[in-house]
Amino acid sequence: MKNENLYNYILGIADNSLILGQRMGELCGHGPSLETDIACTNISLDLFGQVRSYFQYASKIAGDGRTEDDIAMLRKEREYKNVLLVEQPNTDFAYTLGRQFLFDVYHLAFLKELQKSTDLTLSAIANKCVKEVSYHERFSSDWVKRLGDGTSESKEKMQEAINDLWTYTDEFFHQTDADKAMVVEGIGVDVTKLKDSYYKEVSQVLEEATIQVPESKYFQKGGKQGIHTEHLGYLLSDLQYMQRTYPNMEW
Amino acid sequence: MTSTEQNIDKRLLSILEQVSDPEIPVLSIMDMGVVRSAILIDGKVKVEITPTYSGCPAMDVIGDDIKKALKDSGYESEIDLILHPAWTTDWITPRGRKALEDYGIAAPLDAEADKDVLLNGKRIVKCTNCGSKNTRLVSQFGSTACKAQFQCDDCQEPFDYFKCLK
Repeated sequence: MKNENLYNYILGIADNSLILGQRMGELCGHGPSLETDIACTNISLDLFGQVRSYFQYASKIAGDGRTEDDIAMLRKEREYKNVLLVEQPNTDFAYTLGRQFLFDVYHLAFLKELQKSTDLTLSAIANKCVKEVSYHERFSSDWVKRLGDGTSESKEKMQEAINDLWTYTDEFFHQTDADKAMVVEGIGVDVTKLKDSYYKEVSQVLEEATIQVPESKYFQKGGKQGIHTEHLGYLLSDLQYMQRTYPNMEW
Repeated sequence: MTSTEQNIDKRLLSILEQVSDPEIPVLSIMDMGVVRSAILIDGKVKVEITPTYSGCPAMDVIGDDIKKALKDSGYESEIDLILHPAWTTDWITPRGRKALEDYGIAAPLDAEADKDVLLNGKRIVKCTNCGSKNTRLVSQFGSTACKAQFQCDDCQEPFDYFKCLK
């Protein structure tokens, strides 16, 4: 492939949205209340919509007949480039929204930078997504505050969720080879530069939520290289079920 | 963001105005602002549409409906989905805003007021049933990607608010 770095770069961005979209979609019909159920699935829908834009572009770059659906549905676990955070399960509502919040703050900052990309398709997608993700970030920060500063039980659960998920946050700021190549070309975002403001912003919300900011310096990594936690396999078996069982089926 | 104007061939306007948004049937796609251009080249129409939200499932239907409407008037057409410039609620026409309100969906406020409503709990969205501003946000996400859920505390009517997107 001529543009392999760009292809991998797009997949790296899109896979985060795909896997998190699938996780939020799992709550369809299972949210703790009708309103939150609808909210989570709305977020899922936004993310899937964004993924379509990215994969349509990636399929054009691949130029070998692979469609957006092939890219989404027919890769193996090791070929997914999402960060470990987004594949973590919906343990409980605090965990689900804590995960969403930790991702949204990064996602929004990332998209704001991607708007400046010299690649016009990517900057157009980012222009579109940034508006939607602002709503996600408002929603998830709001819930982190509500649960953190809520009852003793909701506070405990949110604190546990943040303590647990914290270990996956550093990976956002690791660069892959594709990342580095794209930064040099002015197409990609230099994620290392987002780190300080990310932790500052996250800490502000956590403080407001009366949640302690974890001090652990131990972080997990691997997703960007395709080395995932065990949860991804189960998620993919759900996501890919129809295409694996009935190959080439269409709506 | 430069080109926010639409480029619609006058001969096609009345056809396109008859195509409605599948999720808000009172609203034409022209009033919604999703058609960015429609031009005739050698008897064939090239239409550019832009999604309201990335995941809006109505876009495929809108594309099909436009094709059908044009075909009924004797035009073959090709639909392109474009992302730039990104759609904004500012592109909903005054007639579109009125149609929304009549249909029971509160039209989007400006960005600042929208923030006050969705984040700070300010009661300024007007109830589409009784007109009272004594309304509260039930959920930032509503029945479709573009709306939030509200309820009026005077007449108790639940209603949708079309979120500002800028």
